[in-house]
Amino acid sequence: MSLLHTVNKSPFESNTFDACLNLAKSGSTVLLIEDGVYAATTGNSVADKIKNTTDINFCVLGPDAQARGIEGKLAEGIKVVDYEGFVDLVAEHDAVQAWL
Amino acid sequence: MKIALQINEGPYQHQAADSAIQFTKAALAKGHEIFRVFFYHDGVNNATRLAIPPQDDRNITAEWVALQKEHNLDLVVCIAAAQRRGLIDEDEMNRQGKDANNISEGFRISGLGQLIEAGIEADRLVVFGA
Repeated sequence: MSLLHTVNKSPFESNTFDACLNLAKSGSTVLLIEDGVYAATTGNSVADKIKNTTDINFCVLGPDAQARGIEGKLAEGIKVVDYEGFVDLVAEHDAVQAWL
Repeated sequence: MKIALQINEGPYQHQAADSAIQFTKAALAKGHEIFRVFFYHDGVNNATRLAIPPQDDRNITAEWVALQKEHNLDLVVCIAAAQRRGLIDEDEMNRQGKDANNISEGFRISGLGQLIEAGIEADRLVVFGA
């Protein structure tokens, strides 16, 4: 069973990104949306978390990254998706868990 | 694929309603069925027809209503969450002896069973929230 996790809070505001990483199983996907996209940026205290978590797929919602002006600061290897990609991720995984 | 949505956050509070509308549009464009949109907690505020956002801002309730009309969406407002927050339809206005009602066309008021049913009947339940 593969799960899609959505995280919508900045890791500097809430611990839901950490909670998600602690419980997400190998092979699952974490999609960062809304203020959650800040977890995908480099040059800060959370940057290593994505880099050091190799068994989980990370995606970031492109329009939300653009709206915050951080599309040029995204961590290497993170996949950028649009809303169509968001829908595809929902369809490809068995269930969706929102970390609110 | 049948997709159901749950929205826990009011419009203009942060971004959940906007995200949900964009997601709904993308899912419909890709040929998926939106089984139901369930408005819960402060999400019930999406359903007021009395909101007057500035003209140069988006009108979230109007966007839901337009989507509902075009795609015959089932927009369901949780009755307990709605009554706490003063969102009532005409039937509830009469039943409770109130002097006004404010639920927009396109939305219907019902209970939590509708969320449970959406969780069972739809292939996926996607939550947008506070």
